[in-house]
Amino acid sequence: MPALSVWMVRLSLLHLVTGSGLGALLLASREMPRLAEIGGGLWGFRNVHLETLLVGFMVQLALGVAFWILPRVGGERPRAWQAVAGALLLNAGVLAAAGGGAWEAEAWALAGRSAEATAALLFAVHAWPRVRRLRGA
Amino acid sequence: MAMPKISRVFVLTALVYLALAMVAGILLAGLGTPDAGPGFSGSGSLGSVALLRPAWIHLITVGWLTQLIFGVAIWLFPRPDGHADPGGTDLWLCYGALNAGLLLRVASEAGPALGLSVGLLPLSALLQFVAVLVFVFHVWPRVRRS
Repeated sequence: MPALSVWMVRLSLLHLVTGSGLGALLLASREMPRLAEIGGGLWGFRNVHLETLLVGFMVQLALGVAFWILPRVGGERPRAWQAVAGALLLNAGVLAAAGGGAWEAEAWALAGRSAEATAALLFAVHAWPRVRRLRGA
Repeated sequence: MAMPKISRVFVLTALVYLALAMVAGILLAGLGTPDAGPGFSGSGSLGSVALLRPAWIHLITVGWLTQLIFGVAIWLFPRPDGHADPGGTDLWLCYGALNAGLLLRVASEAGPALGLSVGLLPLSALLQFVAVLVFVFHVWPRVRRS
């Protein structure tokens, strides 16, 4: 597993723990109203739960494994810098979008989503030539 | 690489949840539409349809997607020390907790719509979170350069 994949998968697991922990608190608070008062109102962090799990965990895990597993071109992963830049933007985007959603800062939410979209585009450009038939397959 | 039993169980269970979620989605769409036709009524005996929506979403995201991810990751990630089968007690605990938690959630959320009071959401939340922690603790050392 290449270093970038290790980083992305581990970050995705951290997002999983964060997002599911928050989700567990949100779920439990529906029958334990005092929990809902944590942090000035737990339900205000619902967007953090969504962003960390859907993008931080699922999308990042998929991209991290794809970077590892997709066929290499001439034994190399060409233009890997695009995948690295994508990983950085994705994580920055999740933080910005989640924070923007939690604190109702629309500019941050917009910036975060834009960063995530750019990350997806960068990764797609990196991965496109690697989606190909293997010799003999 | 042969698929270990625990992975097969996770993936097959995920497929079952996918089917359940699709059926739940049809019911949700039908029950929420007053003019959906005979047998489908927005104000039928199943009460507030909105209560079923979070359950439906989590059948897809936890029951199908997350469980599929767990099963495939357990199968494919590098195995430490050449261990042939990663299916230890911790992973079976993870499987049990995740599914018990999710089923409790669905029962607790759908219960009021059926006039029942289940009231086990905090336990459901704890079980699902424990399952996630067990999975992460298992898989973390397997995420390494190879």
